[in-house]
Amino acid sequence: MMYLELFAGFLKVGCFSFGGAYAAIPIIRDVVFSYGWLNDEMLSYMIAVSESTPGPLMVNLATYIGSSQGGFPGALLATFAVIFPAFLIMLIVAALMSRVSGNKYAEAAMQGIIPCVTGMIFATGCRMIAGNIFTSSFGINDIRFVIITVLLAVLYFCPAAAVKKRISPVILILISGILGIIMFGI
Amino acid sequence: MRIIAELFLTFAKIGLFTFGGGYAMIPIIENICIEKKSWITGEDMLAVTAIAESTPGPIAINCATFVGFKKKGIPGAVAATLGVTLPSFVIIFLIANVLDNFLEITIVANAFKGIKCAVGVLILGAALKMTGKIKKKPLQLTILFVATTVLLAAELFSLHFSSVALIVAAALLSLAVSVIGGKPGKAGGEL
Repeated sequence: MMYLELFAGFLKVGCFSFGGAYAAIPIIRDVVFSYGWLNDEMLSYMIAVSESTPGPLMVNLATYIGSSQGGFPGALLATFAVIFPAFLIMLIVAALMSRVSGNKYAEAAMQGIIPCVTGMIFATGCRMIAGNIFTSSFGINDIRFVIITVLLAVLYFCPAAAVKKRISPVILILISGILGIIMFGI
Repeated sequence: MRIIAELFLTFAKIGLFTFGGGYAMIPIIENICIEKKSWITGEDMLAVTAIAESTPGPIAINCATFVGFKKKGIPGAVAATLGVTLPSFVIIFLIANVLDNFLEITIVANAFKGIKCAVGVLILGAALKMTGKIKKKPLQLTILFVATTVLLAAELFSLHFSSVALIVAAALLSLAVSVIGGKPGKAGGEL
């Protein structure tokens, strides 16, 4: 039963994650919470681990959650489920080549999907930041979380506004880890 | 058989050395598959990137499947896809088994408190980047606003709201507008 849930859950992620790795996060959250596989905290740790290790984020998350729920078979099943839709669709497209890419109806549907997914990512980002900063009764959680978040946001967004180039996510994660060690350890 | 092994090993190498997911892989795939090995053409690559963006799933998988298929049919596609997946599978599987113990070390736990903040910032950054790519038409902006608000409200009032349902609704709406407007592919243009 648990294997079936892992397979079904990650098949859903593989079928509906349009627009790259971060677009998959709202759906992964949905699936992960509805089956109770991870809490918010472990999920954000795993996103950071996935960003700092090679390979596609979706595959990394599927492997991790699969393995934490069902050991090696679980990891295998979840990873297979998340890559299978992309594999199958690409196979069909490669065989027909280009007859699909210019399709007007597919194009029109994408015009709706992309802003929707972007909104979902926005909401997820806000929820995660709010979850770090506020307690469940809307009080400030710990001022140190606020300081770290503001510092990181300035570091990440200001160079983007000034020179159109962002520091890499791995560097940001490294800096955030160091900030965490300094502020919570001393 | 040699080409199958070569596809597998090449994509395993690509999978092992690309941090930061699919988009980071594209220049490396271009360099190896177009320039070094001439497996596909530059035009092919452009088409694949475009298709990858409008199909679900990891972009790296889309690229590997395509190149593998072009070179050696279905066995080639399987070999390249397995190759690009294997390194991250092995690495994450190893990490998964030690992460819980690892988090009990105080200094690591503190580092992860900081990292948790970085993840929120990264996700917000991804959303901002994607906003830049959206057509600034009334329909698109409305969908963007509604999707954000609905999900935030759902969280605030602890309601469950399926993101898949939201995606399907947005796709149907955009499709309906384009069909009614008589200009498929230019959704929202007449609003």
